[in-house]
Amino acid sequence: MEILLTQLFNGLSYSSFLLLIALGLSITFGLMRVMNMAHGDMIMIGAYVTYSVQLIFVSMVPESLFDYYFILSIPIAFIVTALIGLLVEKSLIRFLYARPLDSLLATWGLSLIFQQIARMIFGAPNVAVTAPSWLNGNVEIASVVLPYKRLFILVLVCLCVLGLYYYLVKTTAGRRMNAVTLNRPMAASLGINTRKVDATAFALGSGLGGVAGCALTLLGPVGPTVGTNYIIDAFMIVILGGVGKIKGTVLGALCIGLLSTFTEYGTSATIAKVVVFAFIIIFLQWKPSGLISTRTRVLD
Amino acid sequence: MTQILTCNDVKVDFDGFFALKGVDLQVEQQEVRFLIGPNGAGKTTLLDVICGKTRATEGSVFFQEMEGSIHKLEEHKIALAGIARKFQAPSIFPQLTVLENLELAMKQKKTLWHMLFAKMDEPTKEKIEYTLEKINLTQERNRLAGFLAHGQKQWLEIGMQLIQDPQLLLLDEPIAGMSGQEREKTGRLIHDVSKECSVLIVEHDMEFVRNFSKQVTVMHEGKVLCEGDMNTVQNDERVIEVYLGRGKTHA
Amino acid sequence: MAKSTKISFSILFLILALAPLLMSDFRISLLAKFLCFAIIAVGISLIWGYTGILSLGHGVFFGLGAYAVGMYLKIQASPGGIPDFMQWSGVSELPLLWKPFANPVFALFMMIGVPVALAFIIGFFTFHNRIKGVYFSLISQALVVVFVTLFIGTQELTGGTNGLTNFTTGFGVYLTHPVVQKVLYYITILILLLIVLISLWLTQSRAGKLLVAIREGENRVRFLGFNPTTFKVFIYCVSAAFAGIAGGLFVLQVGMISPEMMGIIPSIEMVLWVAVGGRYSIFGAVIGAVLTNSAKTFFSESYPDMWLFLLGSLFILVVLVMPNGLVGVAQSLYAKWFRFKTSKKAGGTSYDANTNLQ
Repeated sequence: MEILLTQLFNGLSYSSFLLLIALGLSITFGLMRVMNMAHGDMIMIGAYVTYSVQLIFVSMVPESLFDYYFILSIPIAFIVTALIGLLVEKSLIRFLYARPLDSLLATWGLSLIFQQIARMIFGAPNVAVTAPSWLNGNVEIASVVLPYKRLFILVLVCLCVLGLYYYLVKTTAGRRMNAVTLNRPMAASLGINTRKVDATAFALGSGLGGVAGCALTLLGPVGPTVGTNYIIDAFMIVILGGVGKIKGTVLGALCIGLLSTFTEYGTSATIAKVVVFAFIIIFLQWKPSGLISTRTRVLD
Repeated sequence: MTQILTCNDVKVDFDGFFALKGVDLQVEQQEVRFLIGPNGAGKTTLLDVICGKTRATEGSVFFQEMEGSIHKLEEHKIALAGIARKFQAPSIFPQLTVLENLELAMKQKKTLWHMLFAKMDEPTKEKIEYTLEKINLTQERNRLAGFLAHGQKQWLEIGMQLIQDPQLLLLDEPIAGMSGQEREKTGRLIHDVSKECSVLIVEHDMEFVRNFSKQVTVMHEGKVLCEGDMNTVQNDERVIEVYLGRGKTHA
Repeated sequence: MAKSTKISFSILFLILALAPLLMSDFRISLLAKFLCFAIIAVGISLIWGYTGILSLGHGVFFGLGAYAVGMYLKIQASPGGIPDFMQWSGVSELPLLWKPFANPVFALFMMIGVPVALAFIIGFFTFHNRIKGVYFSLISQALVVVFVTLFIGTQELTGGTNGLTNFTTGFGVYLTHPVVQKVLYYITILILLLIVLISLWLTQSRAGKLLVAIREGENRVRFLGFNPTTFKVFIYCVSAAFAGIAGGLFVLQVGMISPEMMGIIPSIEMVLWVAVGGRYSIFGAVIGAVLTNSAKTFFSESYPDMWLFLLGSLFILVVLVMPNGLVGVAQSLYAKWFRFKTSKKAGGTSYDANTNLQ
C-alpha cells in the first residue's frame, strides 16, 4: 500500500512537471498551428538561469541569504525565457503560422543553435545545482515518504496552472487569446490584435517552460540537451489531450506521468517507454483527435 | 419512377446544436431536385450526411438497391457507390494539371494496384477530351489547376464529378462566382446530366432555381418545410413566412 | 519523364561511376556512405515531398535494416557463433531471435521485411484513424525514442549502446579489403539507380499523381472514391523499405551500427537532406543527401563548433528562404535566364505530364 501511494505521488510529481512543459506547447499549437521543437530548450535555459542565479548568489550575496536564491530564480527564469520566447516569435515563428510541418523543422534548427550556445557558455558536461537547504528533507504521511522537493514542484505547478487558468478565463487579454484560438478571422475582425495575442501566448508558453527548467534543477543535473529528454513526452501529452485545451492537457499529463511511473516501477524504464507508446497508439484508435475535441464542418 | 435516394428522419447533433432535426427526403431516378432555404437551414449539412462527410446522429439514408443505410459507410465507399459531391469552395488539386485532376476523378477501379499500373489508353483519352470539351477547358488541359480563374475552377470541379459517371450528383451552390452566361450553361448542363443521373442541388440564386427547377424542397431550421414545384412553393404561406418574415427578401 | 530529370541523373551517375578514378579510397568510402543516405533521402522525398507526410522516424527503419545485416555479419565474425557482447553477459547459446540471421539470405530478406512490417503496423494504426500532419510526425519521432531505448536497454540481445561492430567477413569475402570496398561502392550505385528508377516510375504513375492529390487535400480524395489510407500506408512502407536497404548497405561499408545512428538527431537530419536538395524532387533528394553530408564532413573536421550553428541555420533557411531546396533555386534561376525559351514551350498539348516541381 505504501509502495502504491509512493508511486502515485511520484507519478503525480512527474505528471505535474511534464504538464508545465506541455501547457506552453498546447497553447501555441492551438493558437497558431506551430509546433515548437525548441520548447525543450526553454527548459534548458530556465535551468541554466537557475544555475547562474545560484552562482551569482555564491559570489555576491552573504551566505545566510543563499537559500533564497531559488525563490528568486523562478521569476527570473520565467522572465528570461519569456523574453527569449518573444524574440523567437518576432524573428522566426511569425513566418511559420499555419505551417505545422515546416515549423517542426525550423524550430528544430533553432533548438540546435540554442544548445550550441549553451555548450559554448556553460560547457558540454552537466552542471549540478545545489538545492536550497529548506527543500532538503521530507515529510512522512502514513509511512509514505514525500520529499519536499517533489512537493514543492507539485505546488509550483498547481500555482502555474491556476494562474494560467485565471489568465485565460478572467482577464481580457486571456479571453482574447481564447477568441483567437477558436476563430482567428472572426477575432481579428472584432478588432483583436491577433499578432499581439500570438506573441504574448508564445512568450507565456516559453516562460512556463523556463519555470519547468527551474523545477528540473531540483530533480537532477543540467546539460545543454536536457530539454530533449522531456520534450517528446510533452508532445505525446499534447496529442493525447487534444489541441489547445487546458483540461485535455492536464488529463494527458496525468495519464502519461502515472502510466510511465507505474510501469517503470513494475518493470524497467525501457519497458515503460514501450508501454506508454503502445498505450498512445491504442488510445488514438479509440479517440483519434485526443481526449477533448470538437466536431467541425471545415473540409481541409 | 423509382427512388434513388431516401432519407429517413435524419438528425445531426453538433455537440448539442441540432443542425438537422429529422429530415425526410426522397429523390427519384433522373430527377433534378433543388434544395433551398435560409442560411442555417441545414442544406449543406444534409449533403454532408448523404456523401458521408458528416455522420448522422440518428436516422438512415438509403441509396439505390444498396442494402442497409449508407450513413455509416466511409466517404470513399459512398463515392464508389455512385454519389458524387461538389463542394461549395472549389476542392480541386491545385498542384496537378487540369488533365491530371480529371484523370484521377474518372470512373475507374480506385485500388492501389490499378492506380499503379493504369495506362493513358485511347478510351481514357477520349473520355477526358470529351469532358474537357464539356467544361470548356480543352485549352487549359496542361495548366496547373491552381492557376485557373475562379469560374474555371468551378467548371473543373463539375467536370471531375461528371467524369465519375455518378448515379447521384450533389451540387452545393454550383453557380457561385459564375457570370450570367456561365450560369445559363451550367443550368443546361445540369439538365443534360439528369438524363443519366439524379441531381440534388443546394442553391441560393432564386432566378436560377426558377429557371431550371421542377421539384423544389424548402428547408428551414433543420427540417423540410415543404416540397413541390416553384409556383407551389413560392405561394406556400410557411415559406413566405420564413423568407419574408425575417425581413430578408432575396427570395 | 521530364528531359531535365533524365539529363541531371545521367550526369550524376556518370560522375559517380568515374569517381573512383579521381578520388582516394578514403573519400570513396565516404561517398559510398553518402549514397546510402541518398537512398533514404529518395524514400523521404516520396513520402514527405510528394505525399506531404513528414516522418521524423526514418532512422528506425534505417537502423532495423542495418541491424538485420549486422546480426548476420556479427555471427560470421564471432568464433563459435556467439557475439562477444553476449559472452560478456554470460550467454552461452545464440538467442532464438538471432539464430535465423546466421543465414545471409534470411538477413537480407529481413533487412527489408522488418522495416516494412513496422511501417505497415504504425502506418495503418495512424493513417486509418486519420491521424495526420504534425501528429503523425510527433508519433514517428516518439517511435524513434522507443526503439533507441529498447535497443540500448536490451544489451544482451543488441549490443546496447555500442551496437554491433568488429565485423570481418560476410558473403564469403573480407569486407575491409579495398577491392571489396570498391565493389560495394558500385553495388551501392546500382541499387541507388534502381531505387531512383522505381521512384521516378512511381511518381509518374497515376498512383503518384494521387499521392500529390493526397498532399493537397486528403479529404477531397475520399470523395473521389479513394481510400487514402491504402496509399499512405503503401508509400510509408516503400520509403521504409528504402531506408532498410540503405541501412544494410551502410553496415556492409561502414562496419558498424549503433542505436545512436538511428536516433532522433539522425532521423531529423535525414529530412534536412531532402529539404536542402528539394523535397519535391527525387534528384534533389539525392544531391541533397550527398551535399549536406559532404558539408557535414568538411565542417565537423575543420570547424566542429561552427557545424551545429550551420546545421541549425540550415534548417531555418530551407524552411523560410528556399522551401523547394537547391532544385527550386536552380529552377527559378533557369526560368529567369531562359524565360523566352520557356514561354515558347508553354501551352503545349502533349499528353506528357506537366511535371512542375517534379
